Amino acid sequence: MRNIRLVLVGLRLQVKMLSRSSFNGILGILYPLFFATVAFFVFQAGAKDALPFAALGAAVMGIWSATSTSAGSAMQRERWHGTLELLVAAPSPFSLVMLPMTIAMSALGLYSMGATLLWGRVLFGIHVTVEHPLLFVLAVVVTVISIGLFGFLMAVSFVRYRASWALGNLFEYPVWLICGFLVTVDHFPEWVQKIAWTLAPYWGMNAIREAATGGTPLPDAGMCAALGLVYLSFGIAISDAMLNAARKRATLALT
Amino acid sequence: MNSARVFFYGGATSFRALFGWLSPWIYIPSLLVAPVFQILLFAYIGRQTNTNSDEFYVIGNALQYTAIPCIFAMGHTIEGERWQQTLGYVLVTPAKRVPLFLGRSLPVIANGALASAFALIVGGLILGISIPASAVPSIALVIVITSAACTGLGLTIAAIGFLVRETATLNNIVFGLLLVFCGVNVRLEDLPGWMSTIAQGLPLTHGIEAARRLAGGASFSEVAGLVAAEAAIGATYALLGYGLIRALEGLSRRRGTLERA
Repeated sequence: MRNIRLVLVGLRLQVKMLSRSSFNGILGILYPLFFATVAFFVFQAGAKDALPFAALGAAVMGIWSATSTSAGSAMQRERWHGTLELLVAAPSPFSLVMLPMTIAMSALGLYSMGATLLWGRVLFGIHVTVEHPLLFVLAVVVTVISIGLFGFLMAVSFVRYRASWALGNLFEYPVWLICGFLVTVDHFPEWVQKIAWTLAPYWGMNAIREAATGGTPLPDAGMCAALGLVYLSFGIAISDAMLNAARKRATLALT
Repeated sequence: MNSARVFFYGGATSFRALFGWLSPWIYIPSLLVAPVFQILLFAYIGRQTNTNSDEFYVIGNALQYTAIPCIFAMGHTIEGERWQQTLGYVLVTPAKRVPLFLGRSLPVIANGALASAFALIVGGLILGISIPASAVPSIALVIVITSAACTGLGLTIAAIGFLVRETATLNNIVFGLLLVFCGVNVRLEDLPGWMSTIAQGLPLTHGIEAARRLAGGASFSEVAGLVAAEAAIGATYALLGYGLIRALEGLSRRRGTLERA
């Protein structure tokens, strides 16, 4: 019960903090919109019938965009603020302190998702019909949480990397590219498709599209959730190992 | 003579200082790997929609990526000095402002051109595009001029650093606007008329068009007008930026807001 409260309070606090940052708040919405706009123009020029496909993909791109760079540098930011040591020394499990940070980042991507769909509707006349509204909401929630858990894994994995934001930033395009947001994966070699299968955003994107088109989103949503749990397990194990090593070597501050 | 020293030594020193924090751990993912993935993203979107050739996207995105090093490095000039608490020292010197700020732009232009050329070569190799060997020197020149034009725009953004606390958000927005407006991934004729009209006054538009025509077999004389337009646009932004820096520096002195934090 205490842990659930910790996560919920942390989530609320982090969402409020991130919302007030121009970088994470305003830019988090605007930046994916630029790419969405270009994608809409390209689809309009060559594949007008696929515009709803592009609108949903561009919308989910925003969730990933809000998470990748920010999550990559989440621990670095605590280090700069001088709060990393305090968080590590707190009696609460460190993972439960970090988890709300990255889930808040992906949750903030919902603004971007809404803005992109609205942008497409108003300026490009793209009508996205949702056949199964409840399953659509479920698919979106599962995708947001799983992307947040992916961000958590990135945050704890990059802790020894001083320029972790650059590495987080680096992951933005590849995930946009291979997870089927704007390009179907059958355009890629088989080895690339296998990489996509290990990424929760790929399954989340499938689930959202299935829910929107009246298909069966539950298997894809299930895979997305399962991968999220795998990321969480790895993330907890890595953060424990990293913290133990940092305590032993007194390298938490990386100074 | 003193201005020449400020121009060259100041520029070289600021470039070395830039690499004090822009380590290979940042440089490689941000300026060498990311543009290649940007090229791949749009090239595959192009394949998905059967719109333009791979060559169209490789050239457009490789040149557009000059905006990252040029606009971000130049745009960060004022804010960076303030962050390091050296803005007051820089502005209190009697050095002339033209060599002081333009000296810093030369290494930025070289860096932007390098990042763009790398993206063009690697993106081209991955997607298997071929550019005539005879066009390579001309395209290299176009890349340098496009970098210079983006740096001019960066100088204008740098001036805004006198008015705001941080320019990172603005830099990203400008990068996004250039991506949408400049015919990077969408032909200008496929954009609404007002957008393609605005694009005529932005850096990148003419440079990208010139590089595409050169890669398509045009001679340099055929694209000389486009190259001249790109250079003129860059020079206009550089002049505007310089004027704004002088004006806003004076304003900051009068209002005591140089160290706006």
